[in-house]
Amino acid sequence: MTSEVKIPDIGTGGLLRFAWRQLTSMRTALILLLLLGVASIPGSLIPQRSQNPMKVREYFASDPTIASWLDRLSLFDVYGSSWFSAIYILLFISLIGCVLPRTFEHLQAARALPPLMPRNLNRMDFHQSWAGSELELERAKLWLKREKFRIREFEGSVSAEKGYLRETGNLVFHLALILILIGVSLGALFSMNGEAIVNVGERFTNTPTTYDDLSFGRLFKDSSMPPFSLKVEDFKATYNPATSAPEDYSLKVSVIAEPGAVPVKKIIKVNSPLGFGSTNVYLQANGYSPVVTVRDRAGKIVLQGPIPFLPQDSNMTSIGAIKVPDSSPQLGFVASFLPTAARDKIRGGISSYPEALDPLLLLSAWKGNLGLDKGVPQSVYRINTQPMQKIGLKALQVGDTYTFAEGSIRFDGFVQWVNLQVVKDPGKGYALIGGILAILGLLASLFARRRRIWIRFNSEGFIEVAGLAKSGAPGLEEEIAKLITEVKGLY
Amino acid sequence: MTHTSLAYLSNDFIYSAMAVFTLAFFAHAYETAFAIRAPQTDVESNSQVSQGNLLVKTFDFQRTEKIARIATALMILAFLLLLAGVVTRGLSAGRVPWGNMYEFSITGALAFSGAYLFALRKYDLRWLGLLVSISVLLTLGTAVAVLYRPSAPLVPALKSTWLIIHVSAAIISGGVFLLSNVIAASYLYLDSMEQKGERKVWARRLPSLEVLDQLSYRLVAFVFPLWTFSVIAGAIWAEHAWGKYWGWDPKETWAFITWVAYAAYLHARVTVGWRGRKAAWLCLLAGSTFLFNYVYINIWGTGKHTYSGL
Ligand code: HEM
Repeated sequence: MTSEVKIPDIGTGGLLRFAWRQLTSMRTALILLLLLGVASIPGSLIPQRSQNPMKVREYFASDPTIASWLDRLSLFDVYGSSWFSAIYILLFISLIGCVLPRTFEHLQAARALPPLMPRNLNRMDFHQSWAGSELELERAKLWLKREKFRIREFEGSVSAEKGYLRETGNLVFHLALILILIGVSLGALFSMNGEAIVNVGERFTNTPTTYDDLSFGRLFKDSSMPPFSLKVEDFKATYNPATSAPEDYSLKVSVIAEPGAVPVKKIIKVNSPLGFGSTNVYLQANGYSPVVTVRDRAGKIVLQGPIPFLPQDSNMTSIGAIKVPDSSPQLGFVASFLPTAARDKIRGGISSYPEALDPLLLLSAWKGNLGLDKGVPQSVYRINTQPMQKIGLKALQVGDTYTFAEGSIRFDGFVQWVNLQVVKDPGKGYALIGGILAILGLLASLFARRRRIWIRFNSEGFIEVAGLAKSGAPGLEEEIAKLITEVKGLY
Repeated sequence: MTHTSLAYLSNDFIYSAMAVFTLAFFAHAYETAFAIRAPQTDVESNSQVSQGNLLVKTFDFQRTEKIARIATALMILAFLLLLAGVVTRGLSAGRVPWGNMYEFSITGALAFSGAYLFALRKYDLRWLGLLVSISVLLTLGTAVAVLYRPSAPLVPALKSTWLIIHVSAAIISGGVFLLSNVIAASYLYLDSMEQKGERKVWARRLPSLEVLDQLSYRLVAFVFPLWTFSVIAGAIWAEHAWGKYWGWDPKETWAFITWVAYAAYLHARVTVGWRGRKAAWLCLLAGSTFLFNYVYINIWGTGKHTYSGL
C-alpha cells in the first residue's frame, strides 16, 4: 500500500525560490567549495589524459577492467569531467547569488549613519566614566574625526564607527573569486593550444595545418589566430659537464608578425615566451633530427632531410623511425640517435652526454609494407615491423653510408629541433586581475577591524565612553585608552 | 671564495645549526623536567604563575627561568647559523637556494624556526621550544641524510624571478602553517589532559586553552593571504613557463586543496563560530594537506613540479 504524501502547496514559484535560497546560502557555498577540493584529489593521484597520456595507456594495458571502470567515471579526465564542472558551476552560481545581494546591502550600509546611542553604555565593552566637561566631548569629536571614524552627533553625545573596510574587503574578495571563474571560463571557451616540432632552419606559420597537435575551446574561431610566422634560426642548449643537467636553452627566431611585415629577431627562453596579444609562443622541448639521404636500388633519392627523433633520457638518447613509403619495396628504419655514443651492458647503445660530441646513428633496416595506407594513425617515432622483413643492422657515423640490396642510406648529419607550444588564452587577464583583487580584499577583510565608540556627556556632569568590537576584534581597548588620554588632555 | 668552498662552508653552518638546535632541545627538555621536580617555594617569589591556581603555587618555575632563557638564546643562535647556512648555499650556487628538495627543506626549517622566534616576541611560547627544536632537527636531519644534493646551478625551467617570489612566499607560509599546527596539536593534547582531570604539573606553565586556540587562528589568518599570493604567483609563473596558468598538475592541485581547507577553517571560525577542538582538528587537517603536498607529491608524485632533485 502506498500512502499519499502531502506536499504543502507552495507553488512552482515558491519551490524555485526555496531552491534558490538553499543554493545561495553560505553553507551550500562552503560545502560546494569543500567538495571541489575533495573532487580534485583523485586527479592528482590517478594519471590524467591531459597531462600524461602515456601513463593512462599503461594503466589500460596493465589493468583493463579497473581502467575501464575508472574511465566510465571520467577519472582519467577529472578536470574536464561533467561532475567536476557541475560542482564548480554550482559554486559559481551560489557565490553570485550570495555575494551580489550582500554587495548591495553593504553599499547601502556604507551610506547610512553610525548607529544610535544605546541607552545603557555601561553594558558595552570597555565602559569608563569620569566627571568631565563639554569641552572634553569636543576634543573627543576632533580625535575621532582625525582617526577617520564616521561620526554621528547628538545633543551632548557622539556615536562613531570605523572599519567598513572589513566588509568591503570581504566582498571584494568574494567578487574577485567570481572574476577568476569568469576568466577561467573564457579561457575554456575561447582558448587555443597547439604544438609543433620545428627543425632549426625551418619556418613555422601559424595556421591550423602546421600543427602536429592542436586543440581549442568550444567557441574558438580559426580567424582569431594571429597570422604570424617565424623562422627557427638557431637553438643552443648548454649543459653542466659534471651532471649533464641542462643549464640554459636559448632559441633564436626571426619573426614576421603579419604577412608583409619586416622580420624581427627575437630570443625565446623557457621562462620568457614570445607574445602576440593574448597568444604566446613557448619553448617546451628539444631534441635531435638526424639528416639522412635514402636511395633506391637505381640510386635515385627517395627520401632526404631531417627526421625528428624523440629523446628518451636526460642524455638525449633518442629513438625514431625513418619511413620510406616511396620506394619499392617500402623501406623502414628503426633507429636510435646517440649524441655522445657509449655502451651500456643492459641497454646497449646509449648516449652518455646530451651534447653531440660523438654522434652515432644505430639502424635496423626493414622492407615490406609500412602500413601507412591503412588509415590508422601511426606514431611517427615507431614502425610496426611485424609484417616486414629484416634487412640488417648498422651503426653509422656522420658521413657513413649503409648499402644493402634494396638501396642505401647515408647519415648526412643532424640538426636540432624544438617543440613550440602556441597558446592563446583570452581569459587570463581577467583571472590575473581577479587574483590580485582577491589578495587585496583578503588582506582588508582579515586585518581591518570594525568597531564602534560612543561618548556621552550626561546630565550629572559625567563623561561616559564605551566601545564595541565586532567579532571580537582586538585592539579596541588600547584605542579607547588613547582616546581618553587625548580627551583628558594628559599627554 | 670559490663555489665549492662556499658549499662546504654552508654544510658546516648547517651541521653547527643542528648541533645548537640539539643543545636547545636539551635545554628545553631540562627546563620542562626540572620544573616538575623543583622544590616547593613561596607564592610571592613566583611571579610567572597566574594567581588563583592553588597547585601551581607549590612548584617553582622561577628556577628554570634561567635555563629557559639559555634555551631561547640557543634557539636564536641556531637560527642564525641556519640562516648563514642557507645564505652561503645560495651564494655557492650563485642563485636563490631553492633549487631542490634539500634546499627547500633547509629553508623551510629556517622559516619554521623564524616564525617561532617571531611569535616569541609577542607571546610566551617557550614551552613550544621543545616541539619546535625537535621538528627542526628532524627536518634538517632528513635533509642532510636523505635529500642532500651538491650545490649546482638551476635547470632552465627554474630560472625566473618568479622562483624567488613564489617559493619564498610558499616556504614562509609553510613555516607558519606548521607552527599553527604544532599549536593546534598542543591544544588538543592539553584539552584531552584537562578533560581527564587537571593539567599535569609540567603543563601548568603552558598558556590557557583559549590563548592556544586564538594563537593558532591568528597565525593562519596572518599567512592565509600570503599563501593565496603564493598560489597566484605560482600560476603567473606557470603561465610564463608552461603556457598555462593552471593545469591541475598534482602540486597545483594540492596547493589548491590546502587553500580550500584553510579557507574552510577561516569560515568555520569567523562565520560559523567554531572554536576549540573542532577548529583545532580542522587546522590539523588543512596543515596535513600542506605536508602531503610537500612530501608525497615532491617525492612520489608525477607532474611538472619535479624539482626535488631525487
Ligand atoms: C557563497 C557564499 C559565501 C558567503 C556568503 C561568504 C561569506 C563570508 C563571510 C560572512 C565572511 C566573514 C567576513 C568577516 O566576518 O569579516 C567570509 C570570509 C571569508 N570567505 Fe567567504 N563566503 C562565501 C563563499 C566563499 C568561498 C567560495 C570562498 C573560497 C575560498 C570564501 C573564502 C573566504 C575567506 C578566505 C574569508 C576570510 C575569512 C575571515 O574573514 O576570517 N568564501 N565569507
